[in-house]
Amino acid sequence: MVCQECKQRPATMHFTKIVNGEKTEFHLCEQCAKEHGHMFMLYGHDDFPLNNLLAGLLNFEAPVKEMTANAFPNPDLLQCQTCQMTYHQFTQIGRFGCADCYRTFARYLPPILKRLHSGNTAHSGKIPKRKGGVLHLRKQLAALKQKLQELIAREEFERAAEVRDQIRSLENELRQRGEGDM
Amino acid sequence: MSFEKFFNTAVSSWMSQEGPDSDIVLSSRIRLARNIVDFRFPTLFSSEEARQIVSLFERAFAHRSYREAGRFELLKMSELQPIEKRVLVEKHLISPHLAEDSPFGACLLSENEEISIMINEEDHIRIQCLFPGLQLAEALEAASELDDWIEGHVNYAFDERLGYLTSCPTNVGTGLRASVMMHLPALVLTQQMNRIVPAINQLGLVVRGTYGEGSEALGNIFQISNQITLGKSEEDIVADLHTIVQQLIAQERAARQALVKTLGIQLEDKVFRSYGILANCRVIESKEAAQCLSDVRLGIDLGYIQNISRNILNELMILTQPGFLQQYAGGALRPEERDVRRAALIRERLKMEERRKMEGDER
Ligand SMILES: [Zn+2]
Ligand SMILES: [Zn+2]
Repeated sequence: MVCQECKQRPATMHFTKIVNGEKTEFHLCEQCAKEHGHMFMLYGHDDFPLNNLLAGLLNFEAPVKEMTANAFPNPDLLQCQTCQMTYHQFTQIGRFGCADCYRTFARYLPPILKRLHSGNTAHSGKIPKRKGGVLHLRKQLAALKQKLQELIAREEFERAAEVRDQIRSLENELRQRGEGDM
Repeated sequence: MSFEKFFNTAVSSWMSQEGPDSDIVLSSRIRLARNIVDFRFPTLFSSEEARQIVSLFERAFAHRSYREAGRFELLKMSELQPIEKRVLVEKHLISPHLAEDSPFGACLLSENEEISIMINEEDHIRIQCLFPGLQLAEALEAASELDDWIEGHVNYAFDERLGYLTSCPTNVGTGLRASVMMHLPALVLTQQMNRIVPAINQLGLVVRGTYGEGSEALGNIFQISNQITLGKSEEDIVADLHTIVQQLIAQERAARQALVKTLGIQLEDKVFRSYGILANCRVIESKEAAQCLSDVRLGIDLGYIQNISRNILNELMILTQPGFLQQYAGGALRPEERDVRRAALIRERLKMEERRKMEGDER
């Protein structure tokens, strides 16, 4: 099959986009697909009904994935227990079904996020007020635990004991605040 | 309804008021995307879930006042006429997606129309603040405070590592889209946009023509917005956009000065010819109207035309779109009829300026 864009090189990338339930198939060579990928990012934008084009971008990750796939189960079979969306569906429509999808598909998200957000994979902005207190405590707790390990490694047991007490009181506070809403 | 009455009720504050750098920046907008825990995203949610979300907002926020913005009204998409929805889209208060593809969509709109909260669009909640002129930081602050207020009533879907979880991975993290609408006639006339757009894209920002399809910018109005929502703080996203916008303002001003120097009387002639068309036309298509309005606005900014308010461009770009024309006419119009109505509306609006000017002179 010949690439639909340049009509020269063989089509090695095949993906579908769905706009308002209408399915269109694309068969492109690697070069044209890359250009399209760029296009998807440009227009994968709010207010832009063609956001669904993102689906193309997601599918286009697939061939790269296949080479390393042996280590992981087939991602297409992954399914979110909360909303029933499969990874395959996610790549088709470019949207998650619910907040838990992020956890279910977590393993496959970093390359997608990197591509969409200039290499970034972690949030560094606002934290909801309600969770802010608990999150802050958790971060503090993680830092203290790290410190404890270091102190033990350096055999500074007296300071390690102090840190261990701090950790206990933080853990108590976290328990009191109730982790239920996390 | 009298023209003045129609007109005054049709115009939102961001269109009629001036803000910083409003000779070039027409408006600044901040949008925050949020979702509520325990509900599936609008991609998959049931009509029952959708209804619960709308009624949650109805109970918590409808008819409540919020600072200077005034009272919130809840508009359900299913209860609006197609023309009413179209008008809201043309005023940038709701997205086309909410108007057309969101059967359970709703919008909480503040009295002054600076705040609109879209419900059940692509995400459960989309908070939007629209300010006149270049006021990105101010709009961010307002949106963020509103976000805190809403958070007092709902639990947001948030992940420690990924931030606010959104339906589309392009919005995850801050869920923030900051954008400005800019009038850049001199950069277009001097053919610099072709060079500038790719440069801006390289910086992770998106440039689009507004009111137009594709790359063509009707009325030389461009929208510039951030693309990245993950890995940068809200303040940094806004500051980076602000810096680029300021550079663009400087370039547009320089291009305007260069045009005045090199074209002089020819530029003034272009401006007044366009004014002549607007003041006298009997039939006008939206594309020609947009171009003439852009010329007249440039003429006002350069001081060639006096006694006409600057915001005529913002106002008429919106009021001469199909939804508004049909609302003014009180029913559906065929495209040819719209062109006649558009011409009449523009002439009326210019006469209103004359009347205001005469009243001003008498005093
Ligand atoms: Zn090709
Ligand atoms: Zn899910």
